[in-house]
Amino acid sequence: MTQTAFPPPPTRLSARGPAQARIRRASSRGRPGWSAFVVLVAVLVAAPVLGVLIDAGTGQAPDLPRNVGDMVLTTLLLMGGVGLGTLVLGVGLAWLVTAHTFPLRNVLVWLLVLPLAMPAYILGFVFLSTLDAAGPVQSAVRGVVGDGFAFSLATLPGCVVVMSLTLYPYVYLMARAAFVEQAPTTYDAARTLGAGRARAFFRVLLPLARPSVAAGLALVMMEVLTDFATVQYFNVQTVSVGVYLVWKGSFDFASAAQLASLVMLFAVAVLAGERLMRGRSRFTQKGGRGSGLRPAPLTGARAWLATGVCLLALGASFFVPVLRLGAWAVERAASDRPSALGGQFGEAFVNSVVVAVIASLTCVTLALVMGHALRLGGGRSIRAAAQLTTFGYAVPGAVIGIGTLLTFAWADRTLEAVGVPGGTGLLVTGSVLGILYAYAVRFLGPAYQAVDAAYASVPTTITQSALSLGAGPVRLLGRVHAPLVRSGVAVALVLVAIDAIKELPLVLLLRPFGFTTVSVSVYQLAKENLWDQAALPALVIVALAMVPVFLLFRQVRHGDRGSRP
Amino acid sequence: MTATPALVLEGVSKSYGAVPAACDVDLVVPSGELVTLIGPSGCGKSTALRLIAGLERPDRGEIRIAGQTVADGRTFVPPERRRVGLVFQDHALFPHLSVRRNVEFGLHGQPRADRAARVTQVLDLVRLGHLADRYPHELSGGEQQRVALARALAPRPAVVLLDEPFSSLDENLRAQVRAELVGVLRETGTTAVFVTHDQTEALSIGDRVVVMTSGRIEQADTPSRVFEQPATRFVASFMGDADFLRAHVHRALLTCEIGVVSTVPGWADAETDVDVVLRPHEVALTAEPDRSDDGPAVVAVEYHGAFVLHTVRLGSGQTVRSWQPHSVRHPVGTPVRVSVVPGVTPTLLVGDTAVSSPPPRG
Repeated sequence: MTQTAFPPPPTRLSARGPAQARIRRASSRGRPGWSAFVVLVAVLVAAPVLGVLIDAGTGQAPDLPRNVGDMVLTTLLLMGGVGLGTLVLGVGLAWLVTAHTFPLRNVLVWLLVLPLAMPAYILGFVFLSTLDAAGPVQSAVRGVVGDGFAFSLATLPGCVVVMSLTLYPYVYLMARAAFVEQAPTTYDAARTLGAGRARAFFRVLLPLARPSVAAGLALVMMEVLTDFATVQYFNVQTVSVGVYLVWKGSFDFASAAQLASLVMLFAVAVLAGERLMRGRSRFTQKGGRGSGLRPAPLTGARAWLATGVCLLALGASFFVPVLRLGAWAVERAASDRPSALGGQFGEAFVNSVVVAVIASLTCVTLALVMGHALRLGGGRSIRAAAQLTTFGYAVPGAVIGIGTLLTFAWADRTLEAVGVPGGTGLLVTGSVLGILYAYAVRFLGPAYQAVDAAYASVPTTITQSALSLGAGPVRLLGRVHAPLVRSGVAVALVLVAIDAIKELPLVLLLRPFGFTTVSVSVYQLAKENLWDQAALPALVIVALAMVPVFLLFRQVRHGDRGSRP
Repeated sequence: MTATPALVLEGVSKSYGAVPAACDVDLVVPSGELVTLIGPSGCGKSTALRLIAGLERPDRGEIRIAGQTVADGRTFVPPERRRVGLVFQDHALFPHLSVRRNVEFGLHGQPRADRAARVTQVLDLVRLGHLADRYPHELSGGEQQRVALARALAPRPAVVLLDEPFSSLDENLRAQVRAELVGVLRETGTTAVFVTHDQTEALSIGDRVVVMTSGRIEQADTPSRVFEQPATRFVASFMGDADFLRAHVHRALLTCEIGVVSTVPGWADAETDVDVVLRPHEVALTAEPDRSDDGPAVVAVEYHGAFVLHTVRLGSGQTVRSWQPHSVRHPVGTPVRVSVVPGVTPTLLVGDTAVSSPPPRG
């Protein structure tokens, strides 16, 4: 054996010290410490939901408000109405822009996603201020037809319209993706078999898109269930509103938890319904190379009608409200009337930013470390635990909120039982920590998905190479994994931060006395009909919410490019 | 030289659910040896590599690297403390680090000057010193492979494991990169275990070839012995082409359908049925154009350039193959006489196992 450049290797592994003892406990099924971390996160995320279910399950005799039957009925009607509204708007618009060309169509394709940036609680108050009995529109009509004309917009139908207008993009996006990606070959086949465009759409494309549309509708339903601000403007008493009112009115854990578990029941029903609609049909016909749906040009009046429909939807859900908010903000800035908010806007803004930054850093750090832990092995159960951490996004805000309170209360009792007087003290004083915890539960899902997607593009051989080059788990995370998934981390940070600034229900439920964020100040000012004062913070939220929508645009445009023959 | 072997596997077993990926694997690799691990896909060769590297934990058995037990019933040393170098098919270079930083990665904790010197040393070894400041995506496939090797060698591992390191390179580049890489391994006296599915590659670069199937080692031997004296029917058919003919040994004479094949020294008293392994280069053909019975005749001819592969159907319906020089080309249908090239001592099989002495009479 010749040894040229390589002197004998140092015997750095020959020592059998404490290191050896540590090695013995290590398992090839991952690293116990890192795996335990994933399980711990899963437990923390699941705790609020489990808390609600356990509390509701072990509670004494049902102590629900007397009008709970009405609440359930109202919730069903609202979900049904918004479901129908978003279905018609979402699928209809998706079909229009996919199957036809008309003026502005290429711009409208992605502009139609824009209402995602308009929270329902903002669009709601703009609609009420403008179109309700006291608003300028009805006043103008009265000026023409006389005083008899007046109707209230603050009703269930009004709420359905507003929510449909802000939530239809979920269905639109899913339906359009299905039309573009899945349909080409089948559509061609249907046409060659003699089906006309309309028949091919209703008999082939629409059934094919059903699973995607169902997924979009499920997202819509979850948003409807989570909301309890918009519905209150419109005097619509859903079960989520019930949870909020019961808690804020009586601070009664038992009945709040029972109502919250009712909300959870709705959420489970939505997920089950989505499964059912998806059925056995897992239509994924990727790679089909048909020329597909070649958009047919619309001409003359029909073309302009198509453009008009799209612009009407966009105008009503986004542009006109933004203009109105802008006008209010300018008007407000020009006048020198004292503001009800006073100097609070600055404070609310700082609060929002601080909470959003901490929440996004927390979620993204957890996601980063979980992805890393999975890379170190751990098998199916750890993988399942990681999946479990993402389900908070599908849990209605009322459930997470009450669940967070229950979890904190339980922690207090446990600490007192082991001899810490006052426990954590968090529940008593009311603490921002509760909001942060609830945010982490709710937003870990999107953060983990973004980071996990980035991990997926890092070959496992990279991880294995780094390990065999002597890098321990911590160095592997810092020098290899973190730098390689940084794009996913950046996206996750932005998404969570913006979601956190937009978020309203959780803050309303959990905020300590006197703690205000931008979204809370919008809600409160709007509730007191101080529209012009609410305009500036509302615009701030819409502007921020447009950032993830622009991230989405890139995807939509990409899909559009891919669809062209 | 009675040095500690670089790598020892003793009774190592590992299964995934009910699928055994390694069954009772025993292997000793002396320091400085180049071993190739070969077998069909799913035979457990990659699992063996993962077990050695510490990416999997064996269910049973013991693994020692340079004398230190890294895995047995009680011990499990994680990969980062095993002194094993890994080279993958996809090179697995860190895309965010320059060539220099990639190579330096495994030298963490050493003084800066030592690290720099070592990086220069190994990069010179693979003749890439001038590319130290490039990034992986700026290198060709062959260069990336050399960086991967330099990176694996830098921390002076006790053994380097290479998982199909040439599969991602195109055919022309492959032979050249292979020669360079093997040269570096030889020059540095590195102990290495190669996993490959290419028979030619296994035979040409290994000091020893380990043939695996279904998680078991069928044979671990020098390349020539694996090819010329396969231990089992599987090895005979997997490592090169082989045809098997029913044969009989009587008074040390091996007879089969094509006549007397050879004598079998030491089998004087034997009276037994065997299978004889015939490789195409051991089969001679003589054209007998005038014969008109239904004896052996050519049924297929494949032109391979330097040689022509003839397939011959024997009277029994069985076929044997024969390499002929490119000037010889018997048309399909030509009646031929089949014999064995003089001097060949073919492998005999009883059941699926090669035998060198007559089986006991039973």
